[in-house]
Amino acid sequence: MNRIINSQNTSDKEEQKVSSKVDRRSFLMSAGIAASVGAAMVACSKDHEPTPGTGTTVNLGAGDVGVLNYAYALEQLEAAFYIQVIDTPYDNMSAEEKTILTDIRDHEVIHRDFFKAALTAAAPSQIIPGLTPDFSTVDFKSRTSVLGTAKVFEDTGVAAYNGAGNLIKTADYLVLAGKIVSVEARHASVIRDLINKNTADFAGDDVVDTSGLDKAIDPATILAAVQKYIKNPINGSNVGK
Amino acid sequence: MDIFKIIDELTKIDGDAVGRIEHASRRHFMNRVSSKLATVAAPMVFGTILNKAYAQSAAAVDVLKFALTLEYLEDAFYKEGIKAGKIPAQYLTSITQISKHEAQHVAYLEAAVGKMTLSYDWTYGGKLTDTFTNFSTFITVACALEDTGVRAYKGQAGALMMDPAILKVALQVHSVEARHAAQVRRIFAVVNSSAATKGWITGNQSPIPLVQAVYDGEENLTQGGVNLKGLAGKSDAAISEAFDETLPKATVLAIAGPFFK
Repeated sequence: MNRIINSQNTSDKEEQKVSSKVDRRSFLMSAGIAASVGAAMVACSKDHEPTPGTGTTVNLGAGDVGVLNYAYALEQLEAAFYIQVIDTPYDNMSAEEKTILTDIRDHEVIHRDFFKAALTAAAPSQIIPGLTPDFSTVDFKSRTSVLGTAKVFEDTGVAAYNGAGNLIKTADYLVLAGKIVSVEARHASVIRDLINKNTADFAGDDVVDTSGLDKAIDPATILAAVQKYIKNPINGSNVGK
Repeated sequence: MDIFKIIDELTKIDGDAVGRIEHASRRHFMNRVSSKLATVAAPMVFGTILNKAYAQSAAAVDVLKFALTLEYLEDAFYKEGIKAGKIPAQYLTSITQISKHEAQHVAYLEAAVGKMTLSYDWTYGGKLTDTFTNFSTFITVACALEDTGVRAYKGQAGALMMDPAILKVALQVHSVEARHAAQVRRIFAVVNSSAATKGWITGNQSPIPLVQAVYDGEENLTQGGVNLKGLAGKSDAAISEAFDETLPKATVLAIAGPFFK
């Protein structure tokens, strides 16, 4: 199994850059590495999705289909990340951590395959392809880097679903999003507690505001933040419209 | 007091709750962008603005009152627990953080739909004898309340589709409740040496039989009309964990009812 060799740790400060724009230069520089990781992941186990391995722009589409594709894109990213985490465990991963991260991997793979099935049934001509992840900024040997990235992905997932709720027009889809977002929030809580045990961080003041509300962020902002983890440029400008 | 009567009484209080919360949500969003100080004051903004320009939806008002009732219960529960002084030091920070959020949720909702004083039966109709003196019992009740809260908010999402601003706020509270739920479940697992209890809900497993009703239906494998059994080669346990389930208002009230005097 290929392993991403990257000494760049993800510090707390760097995690907060999730809301910054994509760095085009580093994106292009890391594209080659990402392609090989994507290929290696395809070969590894039944959890892996075949990916086109191209850099062509992926359009999420409009309306509810756009929202479903948006969710499918984010779940693909999370699934690919945790598959890699379990395939190449960081140094000294405890038994408890391995159990938790394996559970989360399974949940994200289920979410991914669920959206794939739902979109294939509802809009077979509009489903986006498998995306090629770019985890060149993650050091999979480092607990700090892996858990820090997991925290970003889970908090981002929560904020993304919260921000997409009122874009959904079909009640059944809204309930489905609700069924998934609370599981993402449980993940976020657990990952945060692994990083800072028995503190207030599981629902920290950095994500929950002074009215006790979690973040809700619009698709454009979310996509700009996660683009650095996906090789294919994503166009989500019509999601929910 | 009958919990259905509580909801009725809350309903009498208010005439323009939705208008206020929708207006305040917009204000709140703008405040957050422009000034952290203004965000602190947001709940008070709700109470003082009586803008009749916004249409109200009876369904949304009902949801807000239902939510406030549950938040009152959670807020009172954590405040009593902290006051009783039996929470082990290593868990006090987590519990205090949760208590803070429940108080914030109460303030937020009260400002929109009005205020009332409730009294509680912490024996749950005589079934609990040591809710605040035995941390094991306390954390079990916390699991039940938080997991119920997650299911309760989720069950109301559909009723809020006509009021996008309120739906958004409800979702933002919902995910905070889920963060709480995962934390108290993991504390429960340590305190009660229950390795089977994880941050997420497996099948319909309940921490104790008394609160089984909170978890009934969580074993569901059918989502969007499709039975997901065997999806991606994953176990039934994993599939049930990957989706939290809704709970109708009547079931939530039946579960919470014995906590109200």
